[in-house]
Amino acid sequence: MYPEYMRPSLKKVAQTRKQRFELAKTDKPVFPPMSAEEREEVLSKFHPDYKPDSKRKIKIGVNKGNIFTTEVAEMLESRSRIKPDIFDLSKPDLETDILIIGGGGAGCAAALIAAEKGSKSIISTKLRLGDANSMMSQGGMQAAVSALDSPTLHFLDAMGGGHFDNKPELVRALTENGPDVVKWLEELGMVWDKNEDGSLVVRHGGGTSRKRMHSSRDYTGAIIMRTLMDEVRNHPEKIDVQEFMPTIELILDKSGKCAGGILYNLETEEYFVVKAKATIITTGGYGRLHIRGFDTTNHYGATGDGLVIAYRAGAKLLYMDSVQYHPTGAAFPEQIGGFLITEAIRGAGGQPLNKFGELFVFPREPRDVESSAFIRECEERGNGIETPSGRLGVWLDSPLIEMLHGEGYLDKQFPAMHRQFIRYGIDIATEPMLVFPSLHYQNGGIEINAKCETNIPGLYVAGEATGGVHGRNRLMGNSVLDYNVYGRLSGKYATNYAKSVKLGALSLQHIQTYEDELKKANIKTKLITPILLPSYTPEDVRKRQLTAQYEGTLR
Amino acid sequence: MPTKQTAKKKSEKPKKNKSAPKEMITVLIMGKAYKVPADATIMGAIEYAGYQIKRGAGCREGFCGACATAYRLPHDYKIYTGLACTTLVQDGMWLAQLPAIPAEKPTYDINKLEPDVTAFQKIYPEIFRCVACNTCSKACPQDLEVMDYIQAAMRGNIEMVMDLSFDCLSCGMCAIRCPAEITQFNVGILAKRLYGKYLSKESKQLKKRIKEVIERKFDREFKQLMKMTKDELKKKYYERDME
Ligand SMILES: Cc1cc2nc3c(=O)[nH]c(=O)nc-3n(C[C@H](O)[C@H](O)[C@H](O)COP(=O)(O)OP(=O)(O)OC[C@H]3O[C@@H](n4cnc5c(N)ncnc54)[C@H](O)[C@@H]3O)c2cc1C
Ligand code: FES
Repeated sequence: MYPEYMRPSLKKVAQTRKQRFELAKTDKPVFPPMSAEEREEVLSKFHPDYKPDSKRKIKIGVNKGNIFTTEVAEMLESRSRIKPDIFDLSKPDLETDILIIGGGGAGCAAALIAAEKGSKSIISTKLRLGDANSMMSQGGMQAAVSALDSPTLHFLDAMGGGHFDNKPELVRALTENGPDVVKWLEELGMVWDKNEDGSLVVRHGGGTSRKRMHSSRDYTGAIIMRTLMDEVRNHPEKIDVQEFMPTIELILDKSGKCAGGILYNLETEEYFVVKAKATIITTGGYGRLHIRGFDTTNHYGATGDGLVIAYRAGAKLLYMDSVQYHPTGAAFPEQIGGFLITEAIRGAGGQPLNKFGELFVFPREPRDVESSAFIRECEERGNGIETPSGRLGVWLDSPLIEMLHGEGYLDKQFPAMHRQFIRYGIDIATEPMLVFPSLHYQNGGIEINAKCETNIPGLYVAGEATGGVHGRNRLMGNSVLDYNVYGRLSGKYATNYAKSVKLGALSLQHIQTYEDELKKANIKTKLITPILLPSYTPEDVRKRQLTAQYEGTLR
Repeated sequence: MPTKQTAKKKSEKPKKNKSAPKEMITVLIMGKAYKVPADATIMGAIEYAGYQIKRGAGCREGFCGACATAYRLPHDYKIYTGLACTTLVQDGMWLAQLPAIPAEKPTYDINKLEPDVTAFQKIYPEIFRCVACNTCSKACPQDLEVMDYIQAAMRGNIEMVMDLSFDCLSCGMCAIRCPAEITQFNVGILAKRLYGKYLSKESKQLKKRIKEVIERKFDREFKQLMKMTKDELKKKYYERDME
């Protein structure tokens, strides 16, 4: 329930609703969309990426000298969990055709295609299979299916959303494969939202010029992910799923080809050498780094591990200077701070409003622009609403959606959202939500080409861990498409490669080399990566955990 | 060697610190008492007490079902269930997270199943042992009508199973409480897959579009777009029309 002092503002929202409803029905934009110059201005003044200390040069590695997000640079200038010479690499504990690192959407799609094409694979995953950002997408997946749409329009939207920094060949593969992904998933048993006549329900998302968001109520990711997982588990002879077994370093061979990884059992704390002809990184994003102290929408294991292990092995990163903040993270109640409120709410007609109940931005600007406009409204103009714990937020008017689409629509189409708030006594069908930007997506990542290849032979990457597909700003619905398109392509190309590659003796020399570079650059750090899990232990408790780093029987 | 890392939650966000003292309550985590903030979620309380969760947290937002928790309240004989990530603590709550749910997942070829009752007879025959006690529905932290969908499965009503099990998170609380030893959530997944694959009406436009892509209908346009400079693309982008 909203506290009493918010009532006057809530009343204003209700008062302006009728008028905004009339406006929304006209099919004209409810607020003028920004021009290129206006976008640039709001971004440069208010987007967290533009704060002076938000970026710095990375001091070591392939990208040495490039500008990275500060927290990312810190994470990369760190030490390995292992001393390479302890491992006898001549006797791998496990061998396979393809090592897939990360059991989210991209990992599962890759494993399924690899299996279909005759490869055996091991999925090394940190938590359970499907404990991943892929499980959480609500809004949907873009694909240019409708008659009014085309893959080239989709291409143009994605390029514009990414400020034209996207690698065009990656966007082409993304958009051209969209319709086929819809079909592939349906043949696996995905339940898409459909109209009576079988046509697919499509909605707008931020930055789309055509309605092309495909959904499955607001459990889109959960339904896709469970379909993929169920199918992965139908092939135990081809796909070996290793849960609670993150990969903590890559292994190369003498000539520099990727040849597998070191896996770590989170529970028994054992390390294992896994030799593979090809390796695919599908470790997803880094929301749990809480960049600039922001809350995140991401799952528990989103700690950017793939970036670390790839970078240490010499893989090139791209656009690691840009972070995506989702405009609508929950700002109230405190317990769900940062939780995602799907963009589809705005796609369905939900409007962002200031404390006077007024529109102040076109509801469907690209995410970075929309987020910056929210921050401006709160910080510069002082028109935000303050919560009891001192957060600021703007309203997201959901009851309007019921007026536009009929009573009961929210409960039917957005059951997860409805449930999220009703627990705290807020019925989003009658009251708006309070929102503020939340750390959402890793725009950049490991650079790939349209075959998911990196600069290291035998190392493939797919999904959120990659860089280049979305330029410096991803549009909603393009990453669910991304992990499907590129998950599948990586499975295909890694299989082709694995069929002919001959590996030499295995080596972890790159870890020593990286350690030497740290020393040479005079970087003194205690940070050991990959981070694996964030810690939310309070400071006073941590102080009493005296033997947390002690290597006796009880650590 | 493994060292704990910190992802500090320092906040530079517009957040003023109002230092009103936090109201604290006592919860019994696996029987051991801890003082935790009264407005914490169960997951927040466990972490506040000093645990580093390994099993028992996934999405942290109510989508993955990793955090199934059973609890009791003082002077109350009932067993309650909840998702640790979204359920609030209460004073005197005695709680334990379930690290994993033993569940059978038979393998099958979806292409060889029929979208009717025979699929369930083949893959999940134990559903026919359902005694209609409704314990599963009572155990569901999502408040789903679990028993109703198992009954629908017994009748071969796949659409109904799909619809009623749609919001299922596979947390497994139903399965662990079921006297007939059914793994309800897997039955729901099978039904959704059968529905999506066989019963949902085909989209003609999708078929048409895929054919167009295969026939390389968009090739020329793509080639033009890929040749454009950033400025040319920009111009085209800002001039594009909106549906
Ligand atoms: C709340 C939320 C809502 C979203 N909504 C949408 C949406 O509506 N539309 C859209 O297009 N996109 C959406 N996204 C983005 C999209 O879901 C993700 O970008 C996408 O699912 C990423 O897929 P992935 O397979 O690359 O990574 P993930 O699905 O995150 O999978 C990565 C996996 O790797 C594992 N892993 C991590 N480190 C290691 C390691 N060291 N070793 C082994 N395994 C490891 C993780 O545990 C995880 O299982 C949303 C994201 C979030 C968080
Ligand atoms: S952690 Fe995913 S549902 Fe609670």
